[in-house]
Parts: sequence; C-alpha cells; structure tokens
Amino acid sequence: MTFINYAAREINCKIVYYGPGLGGKTTNIKFVYEKTNPTAKGKLISLATETDRTLFFDFLPLDLGEIRGFRTRFHLYTVPGQVFYDASRKLILKGVDGVVFVADSQAARMEANLESLRNLDLNLKEQGYDLRTIPYVLQLNKRDLPSALPAEEMKRQLVRKGEPVFEAVASKGTGVFETLKTIAKMVLIELRKGR
Amino acid sequence: MPGNDLVLHEEEFTRIRDVISRLRTECNAKVVFLVDKNGQQIAAIGELTSIDTTALASLAAGNVAATDSLARLIGEKEFSVLFHEGERDNLHISVVGGRVILVVIFDERSSLGLVRLRVKKGSTELAAILDVMLKKSAAPRKAAAGGSPFAEITDEDIDKLFSD
Repeated sequence: MTFINYAAREINCKIVYYGPGLGGKTTNIKFVYEKTNPTAKGKLISLATETDRTLFFDFLPLDLGEIRGFRTRFHLYTVPGQVFYDASRKLILKGVDGVVFVADSQAARMEANLESLRNLDLNLKEQGYDLRTIPYVLQLNKRDLPSALPAEEMKRQLVRKGEPVFEAVASKGTGVFETLKTIAKMVLIELRKGR
Repeated sequence: MPGNDLVLHEEEFTRIRDVISRLRTECNAKVVFLVDKNGQQIAAIGELTSIDTTALASLAAGNVAATDSLARLIGEKEFSVLFHEGERDNLHISVVGGRVILVVIFDERSSLGLVRLRVKKGSTELAAILDVMLKKSAAPRKAAAGGSPFAEITDEDIDKLFSD
C-alpha cells in the first residue's frame, strides 16, 4: 500500500525481504546500507537478539531521488526467518508493496525454503494479498557455497509465477542491488497502473 | 490488493498540521507526530532536529502492531493507549480512528494527565480529517485534484532513478 503524500510531494513504498532463517535477508539490507550514499539513506534499525538473529525486523529507509517531481522513498524491511516468529512476520507484511524472497541455496535448506514460501503465500492471503499478483522477486542466495544446489533445480522447485530470479552472494554483495532495483521497478510500475 | 494506497492531499495535510500544532501547544509537548499504522510518517510538529523521524515512525508502528497482537492474545480488542516513561522524556502513543498512530513526546513541563486529556480531544478532530483522507484515497486516483501524475511515469523515468 503505497503512501502518496501530495503535500510533501513524496511517494513511500514498502518492500519486505522474506525467507527462511539464516538465509541472508539481513545481510542483503546491510549491504545496501553500506554501499548507499549517506544522503540517500536513513538509519539501519535492527531489532535483533544478542546473537544477531532478527527478532522483530530490520528497517532501512532509502531515498531513490525524484520521479515526476515526487521524492521516491523505499522502506526496506526484513522479517525474522525462524519458524516460531510467525506472528511478527504477519505484522511486517501489513501494507507491503513488494516482496523479495531470499532462498538459501544449500541443499540441506531446501525444505526450509519451501516451508517459508508456503508460509509467505499463507500470510499474504491472510492480509488480503495474492502472491500471484503482488510485485515479487526470487533471490537464490549463497551461490558460492560448495553445497549449493544447481540454480535450475532451485528454480524448478521455487519459482511460482515466472518472477525474476537472481543468483546472489549477499555477503559479497553479488546480486543484491540487481534484486533491489528489480523489485523497486516492479513496485513503481504497479503504481503507474493505479487502480 | 487490500484497501487502497493512502493519499494525503495539501488540504488535509494543512488541517492535520493545524490540529497537531494546537495539540502540541495545549499539551506543552516537545513533539507531536502522526504515523500511518504501516509505519509511514504523515505529519510532525515540534523539536524535530534531534529526532530521526523516519525511524520513529517505523518503530512506533511496530510497537503498536506488536501491542495490538498482545491485546488479542489475551482477548482484548486493542490497547488504545501506550505510555513509556523515561528519565527526562516520555512517550504517549495512541491509535486514532483505528488507522493512524498519534505520538506525543513530552517532558516535565507537561504531565500524563494533561496529555491524555488533550489527546482525547485532538483525536476526535483528527479522526474526522482522516475519514475525509481515506474517502479521497479510495476514490479513483484521476478524480483527485490535478489528476494523477503517476499514470504518466515512463520506463525512462524509472530507469533514471537507478542510473548510478
């Protein structure tokens, strides 16, 4: 649900990074934070446990510049990936404009990817959204690990609707901005459609 | 998609600012702040230079969302007021019209009783303005004053945002 502020001439959009625990959602937005010009970003907020596991959410506001005289701002959120934090995940999906699913490429995590994807589908439905229509990008993360499954095999199991897929190594920044740019574009295209 | 995009026009923005500005004076508060439940800042008045308003908006919304869920867990509809007491500054958070969050930051120059009283009155006025805002948001966008600038966005405009 984009917030259009005519008074301040701003468009505010919300993007949520979803996926299984330890898949690299926080690593994605930390990399974006590190590589973004200080004038274009706000403070990175992490509500995490002492062991750096996301407890509630991470939040990063980004200012992408002007479009037709409107400042375009994106709020990036991550959800806690661990299965038992489902209540928090539901809250964070409220008002979402676009979703990035960060999948873990390790063979041993495929079941966790599938479970998280089912959980995303269900939680979106509960909020009245539909995975088939909402702007959505799939990121295959940790491509550098020796135990990574072939990308084609992952796509076969995880692709839901012909969404854009990016191979990534978030810890090194590979694929991070490509993923973000694509989801941001999809959200803006959706905004153009209006209703 | 559930609901519509939230659209804030100049007219409602001015009215909201008037109400929260008056509220700030009446409460003797440092800051009065209005946030959408999804964490988007709507308006803010007061001593804002030392505060990261974007972060405040997101955290206030997260706080209210978590507290709402806690309320439902114990069989309450909601906890309509949250109060955080600090050594110097205090935070009074309330939900207006079920949709937006009113945050008042105040110190020893004010009191919880005064803030509660004034917030109650201000909330009624804000709820009425929000009603208008939501009705306008629900209307087809091209019916809004000045037409929609977004229908005209080109692929080039979007690409320009990502040029560097």
